[in-house]
Amino acid sequence: MPHDPHEHDHAHDHDHDDHAPVTEAEPNGPYQHLANATRELLIEKGYFGPDDIRRMIERIDERSPALGAKIVARAWTDPEFRARLLASGRQAIEDTFDTDVIAADLVVVENTDAIHNVVVCTLCSCYPVFVLGRPPDWYKSYAYRSRVVREPRAVLREFGTQIADDREIRVHDSTADMRYLVVPKRPEGTDGWDEEALAGIVTRDTMVGVAEVPTPA
Amino acid sequence: MSARFSVGEPVTVRAAFPTPPCHIRTPFYIRGKTGKVERICGEFRNPEQLAFGNYAADVIPLYRVRFDQARVWPGYDGNPKDTIEVEIFEHWLEPAPGDR
Amino acid sequence: MSDDPFRQHHDMGGLDRGAISPDSHEIALWEKRIESMVRLLSMRDPPIVTVDEMRRGIEELPPELYDTLSYYERWIASLTNILVEKGVLDADELKARAAADAERSS
Repeated sequence: MPHDPHEHDHAHDHDHDDHAPVTEAEPNGPYQHLANATRELLIEKGYFGPDDIRRMIERIDERSPALGAKIVARAWTDPEFRARLLASGRQAIEDTFDTDVIAADLVVVENTDAIHNVVVCTLCSCYPVFVLGRPPDWYKSYAYRSRVVREPRAVLREFGTQIADDREIRVHDSTADMRYLVVPKRPEGTDGWDEEALAGIVTRDTMVGVAEVPTPA
Repeated sequence: MSARFSVGEPVTVRAAFPTPPCHIRTPFYIRGKTGKVERICGEFRNPEQLAFGNYAADVIPLYRVRFDQARVWPGYDGNPKDTIEVEIFEHWLEPAPGDR
Repeated sequence: MSDDPFRQHHDMGGLDRGAISPDSHEIALWEKRIESMVRLLSMRDPPIVTVDEMRRGIEELPPELYDTLSYYERWIASLTNILVEKGVLDADELKARAAADAERSS
């Protein structure tokens, strides 16, 4: 869910997070009551405080595809960084960008004229949250998890992405401790663009591998 | 601990089918398939033990294995060069010496 | 969905579970709270619950529940099952508190 901040984020400015009345926008079913009960009991038993939850929400909210896009733009413009990134993703990012500690190892794979990479987690929904923010719903959907490993071209077509028959598609199933980031192909017509302009055309979906960065109009 | 398999080595995923209670990170579709070690990811605690609260779980090598899609899916109709990569813990792998 | 009795329900790679819907909803506050609770519990040393235990708890949900619950509903179902299993929370205490929460919000 690496979208822009939204209405709930503003509520975090207030002491709103715990023991707050359920707002009209929030669902009100048995699992929400179970979640409220669990949170209250764990706070009472001292496992964490209301502020801890608020701060953790803010920390995760800060994650977004913006960092991923910066990483891609740097890889497109700096061959030395690109080489380090492909060799050891997590190390290269921690050494280069001012970012929070990265929790998991990151494998960075690069799309070329010969190869198109696409990432999935068939068993649950492992996703590189620290560089892309929370995953979108489709990434967690049973349709995507079940099908993309077996018929990647058909699934990509459903995203509007046509991969030429003569390119190899390489599917990455995130089954264990690695997370994956795709460096999309830099489009034609971007010669001389600076990093910021390049980062501006890199979207979340291109870094999961279900889309390609279009040639600018 | 040293890794039993090296990069480029052909390996076959064990065709084992544990039944619950269990927590297996080797997907069903890849069991029994043969591919090649793409990289050694490092050593990690065994999730099959971690999943049951054993935080002192064994630390074991994890591999990235690359498979030809045409050998994974019967009747695969994409590009014959298409591949799939899966992370697999060492105890799920067997040597496949006839598959160089 | 699978015709193989040895395939577990969550292990769906290679099946056909329908058409992709490329949309996504904005994650809600109640979902973020669950996500953060799990993160906080897993970051303690020793952890109260790990991501591996969370996954196992989700995989243990009956298939019909796995398929009907939303993503974070599966998380809270798994979390509470594990916390009760480990004796961190008591099932009756949890039920009573959830009932009180439902009462308050009705």
